[in-house]
Amino acid sequence: MNFEFTEEQLMIQQAARDYAQRELIKDVIERDNKAEFPTEHVKNLADLGFMGIMVDPKYDGSGMDGISYVLAMEELSKVDGSASVIVSVNNSLVCFGLEEYGSEEIKEKYLKPLARGEVLGAFLLSEPEAGSDATMQRTTAEDKGDYYLVNGTKNWITNANCASTYILIAQTHPEKKHKGINAFVIEKNTPGITLGPHEDKMGMRSSDTHSVMFNDVKIPKENRIGEDGFGFKFAMKVLEGGRIGIAAQALGLASGALERATAYAKERKAFGTEIGNHQAIAFKLSDMAVKVENARNLCVKAAWLKDQGKPYGVASAMAKQYAADIAMEVTTEAVQIFGGYGYTKEYHVERLMREAKLTQIYEGTSEIQKIVISRDLLR
Amino acid sequence: MKILVLIGNVPDTTTKIKFNADKTAFDASGVQWIINPWDELALTRAMELKEANAGKVESVVVANVGRAITEGTLRKALAVGADEAIRVDADPLDAFYVASQLAAVAKDYELVLAGIEAADYNSAAIGGMLAELLDRKSISAVSGIDFDGDSLKVSREIDGGSQSLKMELPLLAIVQKGIAKEPRIPAMRGIMMARKKPLNVLAPVEAETLTAYNSFEMPAPKAACKMINEEQAGDVIRLLHEEAKVL
Amino acid sequence: MSVLVYIENWDGKLKKLSFELASYATQLAESLQLPVNAVSLGKVDESELKKLGTYGIEKVMSDSNELFKSLDNRAIAKAINAAAAKVGAAIVVIANNNLGKAVAPRLAVRMKAGLVSAVQGLPVSTAPFVVKKIVFTGKAFANIEVKSANKVLTLAPNSFKLVEKAVETLVEAFDSGLTAADFETIIESTNKVTGKILLQDAEIVVAGGRGMKAAENWNQLEELAEILGAGLACSRPVSDEGWRPHAEHVGQTGKIIAPNLYFAFGISGAIQHLGGVSSSKVIVAVNKDPEAPIFEAADYGIVGDVFKVLPQFISAAKEMKS
Repeated sequence: MNFEFTEEQLMIQQAARDYAQRELIKDVIERDNKAEFPTEHVKNLADLGFMGIMVDPKYDGSGMDGISYVLAMEELSKVDGSASVIVSVNNSLVCFGLEEYGSEEIKEKYLKPLARGEVLGAFLLSEPEAGSDATMQRTTAEDKGDYYLVNGTKNWITNANCASTYILIAQTHPEKKHKGINAFVIEKNTPGITLGPHEDKMGMRSSDTHSVMFNDVKIPKENRIGEDGFGFKFAMKVLEGGRIGIAAQALGLASGALERATAYAKERKAFGTEIGNHQAIAFKLSDMAVKVENARNLCVKAAWLKDQGKPYGVASAMAKQYAADIAMEVTTEAVQIFGGYGYTKEYHVERLMREAKLTQIYEGTSEIQKIVISRDLLR
Repeated sequence: MKILVLIGNVPDTTTKIKFNADKTAFDASGVQWIINPWDELALTRAMELKEANAGKVESVVVANVGRAITEGTLRKALAVGADEAIRVDADPLDAFYVASQLAAVAKDYELVLAGIEAADYNSAAIGGMLAELLDRKSISAVSGIDFDGDSLKVSREIDGGSQSLKMELPLLAIVQKGIAKEPRIPAMRGIMMARKKPLNVLAPVEAETLTAYNSFEMPAPKAACKMINEEQAGDVIRLLHEEAKVL
Repeated sequence: MSVLVYIENWDGKLKKLSFELASYATQLAESLQLPVNAVSLGKVDESELKKLGTYGIEKVMSDSNELFKSLDNRAIAKAINAAAAKVGAAIVVIANNNLGKAVAPRLAVRMKAGLVSAVQGLPVSTAPFVVKKIVFTGKAFANIEVKSANKVLTLAPNSFKLVEKAVETLVEAFDSGLTAADFETIIESTNKVTGKILLQDAEIVVAGGRGMKAAENWNQLEELAEILGAGLACSRPVSDEGWRPHAEHVGQTGKIIAPNLYFAFGISGAIQHLGGVSSSKVIVAVNKDPEAPIFEAADYGIVGDVFKVLPQFISAAKEMKS
């Protein structure tokens, strides 16, 4: 047993912290207000290797482990959840999915530029009528012999507009139910793909979320990932890993709020003393710190299991559900500690609170995580 | 040529400074160590010089005097792009002792860059002492340095302005803010490569210490701030004149 | 044994700093019961050097070699060392400014002397010889013992009280024995800041931070500085944005200053900034955020809009001066 991070892991954590505290922070409030995509930051993060953190260097990735990824995600998320979800989707959904299950040709053609961060990826699973229940795919990919013909609509797609490479989940054999589902890698500029309007969200406002419509879109046969009918299993496997990214994001939102609230409690005075000297505030901070520490331990444990090649699906579900739920609690308490100031945009904590809400919803709601955890218990 | 950059290992600039119970030594428990900010700027400039003069600058070497605990700092220097690190395995007892150690390392380098000050003991001494020990030219408060054929173009701040200089190698440049825009954040590739780069540990040479840190004290706490209403701002000027007597 | 003070000149003129050094050296010599001498390098009129008599300097050795103008660090260190040898100086006092920081460590090695830079005031004790200095960029003080027989000290500005002690100053020609070959710093151009109070000389400093919003808003700070005879400074984000030159950045990675009066407009007072200014005698802070840490360090504070406060300061200062 060893709870020490390696020197390299700490260096990556510091690099992410430096970038977040030095650069991301600069216009984060303005970007949130204007729902403006952080184009320049994504480019810089790519140069620093944050877009393919865990991808093997032979596919132009950074070759780091899952623990480094958790540490980096936490630091970025302390400042900007929108930027960190862009990183998370590219890393743990798109790059991971392609590296783990894509053919050598797919890795050469699509994974490499994604891992270098030259292009971004998006993961197209959710549908207007199939969010949490991924077995009910209405989007179809008809097998036309030498190509697939895709029709349907995908919803709530992060990176939908900025991405060049999509991973699409669609139904090929409706009669086989979820065993008929396939996954494809597809270029966004393929004819027949159109985007819905930019979603005006409560939080993560500068991440780029749209619905994506497919109208007689042809996908080459070689772009299918894995065997025919592998799509559902693929999606579930990818989401297992993706949960670690979002869990780490939720952790960062919570620890960022805790840091800000702690600093504030040492400065702000009421009734003749710093508010941190009032037990009502001190105990709140204590509760928040315990939650953050628990969430971090769950995240790191899940990443460690993944790094060791051990099963991590339940651990990542626990990390995601717990971190997301405490992120909501901790950020809400942070706003409370800041009082009126916390309710204004200038002090960041209200934005962290809005961002935290989404972590309970996307990439598997907290309820879905509980299904995963309880099914494993009751198996 | 090779450029040598001197690297100090100092507590993170946000560290709350504490001392041991009898106030005779800095309490380093829980401290996060960083590259001394001025040295980090020197390193950044050295990297830029190497990149812009690939034929001329073959490598950038970093050196410090410290125990194994300082290797994290050296590794960070390697991660941002230095090619090689040297650690003289000794406690940095005082400025003269440290400069004496570095003199043994630095004599083979035509261009040595040092930060003007260290964020811990603020002695502003190592660079100048090293130059004297090596009997080299030094320029202090350097805010710009570039190659100009076989010479160097150096700008420095003087008391009352700034100057452009033409200097011949060998030179020791003691740099300050402005020398490079911002320190670099290491890319993951750099962090990965740092592991494979040489970090040579040298035994210290015999050297004296001329000063000793006997004790430390914290500044006296300040009296509470007198708050004045925004509408009566002019009163502050009056108070500065009549009460504080500084105007 | 004696005390020697290096008196720098600026185009042949002395400054308040010169007299501060002279007074310090005189008081230090008194406490050690040693004679005190000064050395001046470069062309300075005798009448100018004689002014040091006000602060107890009885003899100035003056090497009027014009080549010192190039501020060659090694040459100046050699010359001061020659002067120290001539009068048997065991302690040399130098300013803690750009030139002093450049020369003092070189001189210390040459004299095999323990160096303490930015010394605060007179020694805490003379046997053993212990002086106080700021460490951790203003967050603490250290008491440092100089163990060697020879000592070099650079003096932090504003850290002790000037004491007048009128004596007759003898200015003596001195040849430090340097040749043209000793001067290896080749100056191509010099850009002098004229008509402004230099930050390091300023007794009053007017500083602006990110709260000033834009470079063009500095005209109001300039106006206030002009009226008060103050130097201008800024916080790190301001110089990083390029609103003001790096030379004006005060704080952890910029300059460390200790004026009598420091105005902070729109500066929140991050720990890194406070480190560079906390030794100021009086701090005035104006910030719209009542929680800004600058108020913890300030003596007078206004929570409000800098653009509403500045005009009031300017008119009150005008009134006071008239």
